[in-house]
Amino acid sequence: MSARVHLDHDHVRHLLRQMIRIRHFESKCVELYQAQKILGFLHLYDGEEAVSVGVMEALGPQDAVVATYREHGQAIARGIGMDVLMAEMLGKQEGCCHGRGGSMHIFDRKTRFYGGNAIVAGGLPLAIGVALGDKMQGRKTVTACFFGDGAVDEGEFHESMNLAALWRLPVLFVCENNLYAMGMALERAEAQTDIVSKAAAYRMPGVVVDGMDVVAVEGAARNAVEQIRIGGGPQFLECRTYRFRAHSMFDAQLYRTKEEIETWRKKGPIVRFQGWLVTNGLIREDEVHRIEAEAEAEIENAVAFAEAGTLEPVEELEKFVTMEEVPA
Amino acid sequence: MSASTQITYREACRQGLRDALLNDPKTFLMGEDIGRYGGCYAVTKGLLDEFGEERVRDTPLSESAYVGAGIGAALVGMRPIVEIMTVNFSLLALDQIINNAATIPHMSGGQFAVPLVIRIATGGGRRVAAQHSHSLEGWYAHIPGLRILAPAVLEDARFMLAAALADPNPVLIFEHVMLYNIEGELDPAVTSVDIAHAKVRRQGTDVTVIAYGNGLFKALTAADTMATEGIEAEVIDLRVLRPLDTATLLASVAKTRRCVIVDEGWRSGSLAAEIGMRIAEQAFFDLDAPLRRVCGREVPMPYAAHLEDAALPQPADIAAAARGLVRPA
Repeated sequence: MSARVHLDHDHVRHLLRQMIRIRHFESKCVELYQAQKILGFLHLYDGEEAVSVGVMEALGPQDAVVATYREHGQAIARGIGMDVLMAEMLGKQEGCCHGRGGSMHIFDRKTRFYGGNAIVAGGLPLAIGVALGDKMQGRKTVTACFFGDGAVDEGEFHESMNLAALWRLPVLFVCENNLYAMGMALERAEAQTDIVSKAAAYRMPGVVVDGMDVVAVEGAARNAVEQIRIGGGPQFLECRTYRFRAHSMFDAQLYRTKEEIETWRKKGPIVRFQGWLVTNGLIREDEVHRIEAEAEAEIENAVAFAEAGTLEPVEELEKFVTMEEVPA
Repeated sequence: MSASTQITYREACRQGLRDALLNDPKTFLMGEDIGRYGGCYAVTKGLLDEFGEERVRDTPLSESAYVGAGIGAALVGMRPIVEIMTVNFSLLALDQIINNAATIPHMSGGQFAVPLVIRIATGGGRRVAAQHSHSLEGWYAHIPGLRILAPAVLEDARFMLAAALADPNPVLIFEHVMLYNIEGELDPAVTSVDIAHAKVRRQGTDVTVIAYGNGLFKALTAADTMATEGIEAEVIDLRVLRPLDTATLLASVAKTRRCVIVDEGWRSGSLAAEIGMRIAEQAFFDLDAPLRRVCGREVPMPYAAHLEDAALPQPADIAAAARGLVRPA
């Protein structure tokens, strides 16, 4: 646990609450998927919540986020409302992207959330550009760029790492290493499985952190962001984590054993943090129940909002294909 | 005609870039060897000295990263102008151009625009074979969300960029490599051009020839030849490959009742096919003869000069196609 994170009651309660909100939101998504109200792909973050929650604590509202197609966690932790998220999942025009993006393509101007990128590693060049554009306009911001271990296989990862380091761009690279790119195990895909060592090849400072430990993630992210803010150039964070559920909704999981999943579940970010807090008297059981109840209520409201949402008229199908002006 | 008004296509492009950098502090250039080297085709020569490394950025050979960086910078308020040396290299950035630049405005429900300009050298004729010579602009014209421009004349080389920068959407400008050395007089009265319309470059009554880029000059040469035979061809410079200005094409065809489409791209699935189909759909009863296409031959571009010439549409091919419509055997 990092000394840099102040583990006062409010803060630990906040961290736990954020992770629970994400977990419960996604449980509802599964229900709605089974009811065929959410369609297409649905990539759950179950097991990885500590990563997005920890990293977001290190960012301010001026900063930017670029995420992947498994981005419900980032979206919620960044502060995008569950109502517009759920409406987006249901394909309603009240959704944050007017129902055009869906689960994999969450964008939000207010929170500087630049996707929801469903091409593996495709978000990295984008993040470089966001950081470059901010820097050229004198904005003192950090762009946090999330990607999985699969992205490390891609050329765009290496091109972007090099360019960010070469131009000393204010980017926090966050690798969510959950050991599998869909069904492809890391050791079957990478000659060098020590991902953080790839950052060293670009002379980029990098650390490995236990991605199942929200406080450790927050501490590491705060350190990295501080380095970036004082002009230290891009930083790399490898968060070792695990996805408890299928890659998407249809996945026989032939590539890993039930035992492996069970072993990781015991190390789960919520069960572990919650247990530690209760044991150490930092939070009471009844507080946890209240957090859960509040999350449930928030989700019910979001679902009600989404269900009551409307379908965009088909006549507007081509709207936004080209823009009339750059949004202010 | 004073010597000072003479200008090359290359210099016209350069002046357009210089204007952009002077007029808007949010514009900057990014690409391979555009700075110290002066540009693969010397278009950006001198701009690094004038504007500095911050605004004339030499990039590593990372097409995907720097095109993506242009998209990201555009998302947050900059007006990047990215150069890709040749259209074959743009394939290395295809993910960013198609999956991001062309989709983000729509996919984000209109929350973001991507006001990015990408300049790409295109086309054959320089004996540089199959990895530097293709004409893939027709391919890009397939993609919703992009505007595709093909400046052929000096005015367009000089002023299309400003219009492209004023567009809130990603714009790809394809500069044909055989045009950079073309020299002519730039009309001082022209200070801007539109990027919405095709233009009739030569009036005629007997047959419409639609072309763009270097093909325009081949079509004009063919028209001169035909004129000596008493055939008056109307030559249209397409200029904007997406969205197509179908109205200008239909108006000409309604007058001439015959049409030849010139396209350096491969025939199968070509832009010429799209244009021909639109005319067939919308002007079938105006036609007195079948539609004809003069396209690139369906081979990877060969190196040997006689083979490359044979692979590209030539004025004689265009004249033969048009003549065949006006005076069938």
